[in-house]
Amino acid sequence: MAVKMRDYSLTGPENKLAQEKGLATADWYISPIPRQRLKELMKRKDGPAIRDTIIMFAWLIGTGMLAYYAWGTWWAIPAFAIYGISYASMADSRWHECGHGTAFKTPWMNDVLYQIASFMDLRPPTPWRWSHARHHTDTYIVGRDPEIAMTRPPVWRIIFGEIIHIYGGTRDLKSVITHCFGRLTAAEKDYVPVSEFRKAVWISRIWALILLGFITWSILIGSILPLMFVGLPTFYGPILLLLVGLAQHLGLREDVLDHRLNTRTIYINPFFRFLYWNMNYHIEHHMFPMVPYHALPALHEELKFDYPAPSPSLWAALKEVIAALMKQKNDPSYVVDRPLPATANPYYYGA
Amino acid sequence: MQELLQWVEACEADAIDEEDVIRFDHGDRTFAIYRTAKGSYYATDGYCTHEKFHLSEGLVMGTIIECPKHNGRFDYTTGAAKRTPVCVDLRTYPVKLEHNKVFIQI
Ligand code: FES
Repeated sequence: MAVKMRDYSLTGPENKLAQEKGLATADWYISPIPRQRLKELMKRKDGPAIRDTIIMFAWLIGTGMLAYYAWGTWWAIPAFAIYGISYASMADSRWHECGHGTAFKTPWMNDVLYQIASFMDLRPPTPWRWSHARHHTDTYIVGRDPEIAMTRPPVWRIIFGEIIHIYGGTRDLKSVITHCFGRLTAAEKDYVPVSEFRKAVWISRIWALILLGFITWSILIGSILPLMFVGLPTFYGPILLLLVGLAQHLGLREDVLDHRLNTRTIYINPFFRFLYWNMNYHIEHHMFPMVPYHALPALHEELKFDYPAPSPSLWAALKEVIAALMKQKNDPSYVVDRPLPATANPYYYGA
Repeated sequence: MQELLQWVEACEADAIDEEDVIRFDHGDRTFAIYRTAKGSYYATDGYCTHEKFHLSEGLVMGTIIECPKHNGRFDYTTGAAKRTPVCVDLRTYPVKLEHNKVFIQI
């Protein structure tokens, strides 16, 4: 018997159902933390993000030059792999942190890096800003959250397709094209306010011009090399951001009002943490989105007593995710519930 | 018809740290009361205009309050919306200090 899948779209019946059940725009569980300590952790700084942004561009220029000189040889494959994975991963994490406005203390710095990072990952900045706000309001509430990485039961074709970002990338490009004609897509209209439509449309038109410029350049010189640096990295370099993205929430619960039940904190190595800007502390981020990336390790120490034990590595988290997805293929209700330490408050399942 | 305004005692002046905010509930309404680093007091509606979350859980930076849910920002001295996802201004209320207590006019 075929396993029935719920309607994950924002325009289907689950949206209204979630609202009726009190799951939409609801009050979520928050771990206790003294206000004074939280204020220290929320404090904004320019220094760490300026340092990291300089390192990011220096790294991309360095690995990009290696890739350029290796072009035409077999060395181009590892060189572009390093460039592309770094490019796509760092663009994703910078897009995310600057979207929250927490990377820098100075607002315009967040805005500038947000626009650059969005373009690097070809992620239309205005709709994605609003979609991410909804993801925070209604994290993994079916019919409400536009950023649920995979349905239950899972569709493996989509997961494997995302190794080259074929589904997400095509959706984003379609969205850019739709904006160029002065419209937003139906799903975007559910979470982007009308006052922002104009901005979305004009940014996409500027992007289209830049991308057409790169395509024309490639055609004129008879080589895809220019597009290997801008445009294509989001399609050939998303593997790391896909893996960390899958590990954030999958295999855990949907339709609950406690981030400890639907989000995973993972320990990863310092290099990945730099690329990912500490988003491995993901429960902490969801519960306290005002704490900047550089203070997340300290926030993690404060909240350990109330959280399930973190996954010890990315690999361990992925093993848990894959095992859960395989079970969900036949039993979509299957989820992993991680035990809480004795010091923690009980889980809050919500409405 | 004109609204009937009254001064309501909200809190002791030193109940709010410098450059911070607290929540004040009155009847079925909720407010946020702010104290600047220079010791001036301000009051606004307690809920963010984007979604229904208490601004008192947010971060005060100068004359800006950042909402704890999606990092939208307001200038709490004027109520002006300063950063998306906040698009609608916040309602502000007159504040006075008397006998070391903060009163707001609502
Ligand atoms: S609820 Fe305040 S910014 Fe969204």
